[in-house]
Amino acid sequence: MGWGSLSGFLAMGGYGMYVWPSFGATALCMVWEVLALRHRRAVAFKEIAQYRRAEGGPQ
Amino acid sequence: MELERINWFRFSSVQAVYPLAGTLIPWFAALAMLCMTAGLYIGLFAAPTDYQQGDAYRIIFVHVPAAWMSMFLYVVMAGWAGLGLGLNARPSLMMAQAVAPTGAMFTFLALLTGALWGKPTWGTWWVWDARLTSELILLFQYLGFILLQAAIDDRRRADRASAVLALVGVVNVPIIYYSVRWWNTLHQGASVSMTATPKMAATMVTAMLLMALGFWMYSIAVTLTRMRCVILERERQTSWVQEMKVS
Amino acid sequence: MNRSGMLAALRGIVWRDLLLALRRRSDVATTVFFFAIVTSLFPLGVGPEPVVLRTIGPGVLWVAALLSCMLSLGRLFAADYLDGVLEQMVLTPEPLVMLVIGKAFAHWIVAGLPVVLLSPLLGLQFGLGSDSLGVMALSLLLGTPTLSLIGSIAAALTLGVRGSSLLIALLVLPLFIPVLIFGAGAVTSSASGIGAEAHLSLLGASLVFALAFAPWATAAALRIAVE
Repeated sequence: MGWGSLSGFLAMGGYGMYVWPSFGATALCMVWEVLALRHRRAVAFKEIAQYRRAEGGPQ
Repeated sequence: MELERINWFRFSSVQAVYPLAGTLIPWFAALAMLCMTAGLYIGLFAAPTDYQQGDAYRIIFVHVPAAWMSMFLYVVMAGWAGLGLGLNARPSLMMAQAVAPTGAMFTFLALLTGALWGKPTWGTWWVWDARLTSELILLFQYLGFILLQAAIDDRRRADRASAVLALVGVVNVPIIYYSVRWWNTLHQGASVSMTATPKMAATMVTAMLLMALGFWMYSIAVTLTRMRCVILERERQTSWVQEMKVS
Repeated sequence: MNRSGMLAALRGIVWRDLLLALRRRSDVATTVFFFAIVTSLFPLGVGPEPVVLRTIGPGVLWVAALLSCMLSLGRLFAADYLDGVLEQMVLTPEPLVMLVIGKAFAHWIVAGLPVVLLSPLLGLQFGLGSDSLGVMALSLLLGTPTLSLIGSIAAALTLGVRGSSLLIALLVLPLFIPVLIFGAGAVTSSASGIGAEAHLSLLGASLVFALAFAPWATAAALRIAVE
């Protein structure tokens, strides 16, 4: 499949504005999900540390 | 490791599940990247342009895998729910909780990419055919599951109530599909089916399957990650979590 | 657990719920008035064109019936949950499934049957013919008990939860959709001359299916809520 040029690739035979938002939205959702989980994990660890400080260290 | 020697009931403890999930995640993440990269390469560069739909058909490389995942993950969620209720196992119920948001995301993507595919191909953003309508109802069922979990404060009750909901919902999905199909045939309205994928060349099929596999691996990696977060949040006060080294 | 004991328990719970509903007659009236008002909203929103109204009539009446049933679901177990009677019901030797069926039946008499009885009158507002009106009432007669049974699952799952009435709506509407399709479809196909037998049989089948499975799910949900 030879696209010929970058602009041809981006144009997707005239359907570029349907194809690229589709792939883009998918990529965006996945990246967002991963980042959100990273953040959730960091917050969880922060709360664990807070609890540890409040209780004066592991029993 | 002989299968009989593994004490499977070890994994009914949250403390045992956490490290297991941790070792599995990188592998599934790597597989996901591999499959999706390969799938995208074949789909965008190796697969030919379709005779009827032009290059717009390439949307199926995300639309169909997303739709498959949305249905598959609901069944998986219901499976973990049933297992959790039957065995009274908390990790199973937590897995059901962890699957839901990813399933909802894929359902949303299936609907969005479906609309973006439908507009250039058939002229409308939306069609009330069985597949799309079922996807829409599926999204509501995912949201209901997530919101029910969030609304109940008692964790045990929340887990078990939403498990019952997931099981009721999984029965509903095929019923919805067939009743909407029935409804469509009788109303003779839009006979356009947005499931009419183009006649698929071998490269197209390969790319689609690779993307589906990639999405599946991604789902497993993300679900296990979320499961670990859920465990950290819920087990905050236990000694094994307290003594854990932050990594 | 002898058979006469179960039937006595069933009769007892139906009688009790009906008695309680009788003492709060306004609840019954509210359901019926809601059904009537919602039905009247559609012509106001869509325009009085008779052809249009005849086309949307079955769907509108069915959706309104569905929504009325849904709104009354919150009351199904709430009062018993709050005063501790529900716990007693879960603990009795009588099968909880029987009690659930009894409560769903009483709910239907109070919330579903008035809708069935009022529907021909409201159907006239949409210009439906007398045959269609008959099919409408019959479809609702078969459908509303199904809605009560399915709705009881959602009511049991959300017992005592904040914002439960909205949550019930979100949980239960996907489950109601097949009944809506068969019910409204029955009237539409009767009006267009195709005949409603297929739809009505599907409605009957849905009722049997709901009767067979919903009470179990509801009983499980009640046990989860109460323990």
